[in-house]
Amino acid sequence: MSQTLDLAKIHPGFLDPVRESQAVFRKVMDAVARPGSVADLAFAVDGPPGLDCAAAAVALTLFDFETPVWLDPALAGGEAEGWIRFHAGCPLTPETSRAAFALVARAQDCPPLSAFNQGDAKYPDRSTTVIVQVAGLEGGEPVVLTGPGIKTETVIAPRGLPHGFWEQLETNNAQFQYGVDVMLVAGQLLLALPRSTRAQIRKG
Amino acid sequence: MTPSNAPERYYNYAYLDEQTKRMIRRSILKALAIPGYQVPFGSREMPVPYGWGTGGIQLTAAIIGPEDVYKCIDQGADDTTNAVSIRRFFAKVADVETTEDTGQATIIQSRHRIPEKPLKANQVMIFQVPQPEPLRGLEPRETETRAMHAYAEYGLQYVSLYESVSAYGRIATGAGYPVMIEERYLMSPSPIPKFDNPKLNDSEAVLLFGAGREKRIYAVPPHTTVRSLDFDDYPFEVQTWEQSCALCGSEDSYLDEVDLDDAGQKMFVCSDSHHCAERREAGHAGPMAGHALDQSKEPAP
Repeated sequence: MSQTLDLAKIHPGFLDPVRESQAVFRKVMDAVARPGSVADLAFAVDGPPGLDCAAAAVALTLFDFETPVWLDPALAGGEAEGWIRFHAGCPLTPETSRAAFALVARAQDCPPLSAFNQGDAKYPDRSTTVIVQVAGLEGGEPVVLTGPGIKTETVIAPRGLPHGFWEQLETNNAQFQYGVDVMLVAGQLLLALPRSTRAQIRKG
Repeated sequence: MTPSNAPERYYNYAYLDEQTKRMIRRSILKALAIPGYQVPFGSREMPVPYGWGTGGIQLTAAIIGPEDVYKCIDQGADDTTNAVSIRRFFAKVADVETTEDTGQATIIQSRHRIPEKPLKANQVMIFQVPQPEPLRGLEPRETETRAMHAYAEYGLQYVSLYESVSAYGRIATGAGYPVMIEERYLMSPSPIPKFDNPKLNDSEAVLLFGAGREKRIYAVPPHTTVRSLDFDDYPFEVQTWEQSCALCGSEDSYLDEVDLDDAGQKMFVCSDSHHCAERREAGHAGPMAGHALDQSKEPAP
């Protein structure tokens, strides 16, 4: 983690950091306020290899020196790490339980959600926000979302999540006020699954 | 107007520096993920004193963009000093269009009212909050109230409501009436009249609350259950008036009582100034229509 960065290899970040981070944030805020709704962040930034455009946009918008970030081993040490260190200036942590944000490059390799910081009884906001790159936000197993932010129910069908992910998410919701907040990212698209959201695989 | 990022711009876009915005943005996301829970944040010094909406201004500054249309009200009115100056502030530092029209606005910042016109899904409502802790009047120690929220130990709040019933024969709280979010977190709706409490429930818009001096942000996402506390035999009810609005004749809006002279003359008018003006334009008239107060008086920008 201490080697010098090869600046020639670093992809650009936001062209207009003030405007673009604001525009990205509003989309992300809406996605978190309305779980399951899809935000399109295509306008924002081309991330480095290994990092989806939407994940890169969230990183530039929310990461800084106050947020320890856990990088999945597929990203750590590579161009993506250099890009995040250069543009966001965030500390990296190898401990999932210390991370404010976690970036998972391949959903299949996602550590159990319970490995991340679950927050404190008095300060549940200190839990990890886990950003998971998936193969796609459509075409997978239909999952029904209910909870705050959802009028009746929202059906999503992300592809490429590891077996047992939805059971983990159910456990995560059941322990509210503790729990991680999840964002699923595919290319330029993002949807949020905050801990307040109940997710159930549609039967039949 | 100077483009927002021109080098000669004296302040950063929307006044706050980018790191502060990121910190506030992170707090907003956690607040939305834990509806009703008060997220501590690093409240900054603002160019107005505490008590003048520093929490609301910081929330607005963290989310606003040049595409937004901004409305700011104080007790429902668009034309009061605080509302006018905050509106001008954002017109200047964020290059946004401002409006008095509730339907046009994408961000509505408010001190102590929710507009009468139902909010829409593309709107964000920002509340200025003097005291975010609903239990503070009952328990002065933050360490204790935090523990009470952590373990959902809200018996004390019900005792307080019961004491109000036993002393006054009813739950006498008129503003800042405590609400329960998704049956988990007790929340202060900020000192909005309890008349507005039902508008918090199952709202279409995102509701954000900011307390600058107390350094807390909390939120209610759209379509969230917000229940005003009550008892089976003393159910929650909102204020009603025998009068209708003296200017527009509205019978279902929140009314302010205005003293007209020393002889005890008074009138009741809509607290929501835009709602009232819109009704008058549409031809509605109350018993005192044509009164000297019956004119739109937004000062030139």
